[in-house]
Amino acid sequence: MSDHAHAEQSPGSAPHASHPPTNYVKIWAILCVLLVVSVLGPMLEIRVVTMVTAFGVAVVKAYLVATRFMHLNHEKKIVPYMLGTMLAIMALMIAAISPDVMKHEGTRWENTAAKESVKRGMLLHPGAHHDEKAPAGEHAAPAPAAPTAPTAPTAPTAPTAPTAPTAPAPAEPAKH
Amino acid sequence: MIRPIATTRSATGVPTGRLAVWWVIASEIVIFGGLLGGYVMHRLGHPDWANQAANTNTWAGAFNTFVLLTSSLAAVLGHQAAEKGDGKKAANFLYLTCLGGLVFLIVKSIEWTTEIQHGMTITSNTFWSFYYTAAGLHGLHVIAGMVIMLFVAADAKKNKELQRVENIGIYWHFVDLVWIFLFPLLYIAK
Repeated sequence: MSDHAHAEQSPGSAPHASHPPTNYVKIWAILCVLLVVSVLGPMLEIRVVTMVTAFGVAVVKAYLVATRFMHLNHEKKIVPYMLGTMLAIMALMIAAISPDVMKHEGTRWENTAAKESVKRGMLLHPGAHHDEKAPAGEHAAPAPAAPTAPTAPTAPTAPTAPTAPTAPAPAEPAKH
Repeated sequence: MIRPIATTRSATGVPTGRLAVWWVIASEIVIFGGLLGGYVMHRLGHPDWANQAANTNTWAGAFNTFVLLTSSLAAVLGHQAAEKGDGKKAANFLYLTCLGGLVFLIVKSIEWTTEIQHGMTITSNTFWSFYYTAAGLHGLHVIAGMVIMLFVAADAKKNKELQRVENIGIYWHFVDLVWIFLFPLLYIAK
């Protein structure tokens, strides 16, 4: 293989002009419409709609940016293969560790710290809403926990975990 | 004049400079992918995080998404101008892209200030640890992109090294792409 296989780009001059003419403003307009969809869709508070409009639309947006703005579809095959390999490695890693992270118990084990953390988190609600109309409850949060006083300078509810009936409740379990 | 190897050699058919940018992005995929994958896994195992996520400001996130998408448009228009050999126009588009990055950072800093004032800090909950780490790392990439872009624009203005306009553009689009996923994960899924 030659080191000079495809020498290109004369000094300071325009780089290769191989990209087909694209109406970039139109792509940008489509991306903006998709952004509006991804914000409004989840407001319906229907889980499936949220998944499609927020995450499905994000994938479409990413595809448009990668192919139209980054010109990935006109790049030499080695580049998408390279990036695809990285995505595959990442997916493999996530697939391998997800059972341990997402589940809190198994046949011979139990992640008590994580369970306790979830229990505490469901009862406590540190901080306060400053995004009143935000669609809540997509992930089974029981009661969006009263959007009380946004400022709350004294914040009586926040840090002091009064619930946890047992144990002195370690600040935040190291595991989670 | 001696030319750097990044602009004169290409063993793969992709200019070496641009290939280097793709390698940077390949490594960034693992960095951000691991971080976001970790977040998603924890989030699915912690329904209680919805209580925390309810505090993020959706409108600020949406506005920042719009800003980044627009700055990406400016970057690709700069690339288009560079392809036509119009360095000055390309530089102006790069400055516009930087302006987008600046607006993004200002909105982010206002957002963070509000959240921190309300007691939501990086140590208050693991959700917030992920939130500040992911958004902070992304913010650092925005800053890095802006700094590099200013250097590229300074050269492009003199019609020098125009191929770099595309290279920094590719990086910037990737930064935009990461935000496209951060936005629903941190601001929409409540």
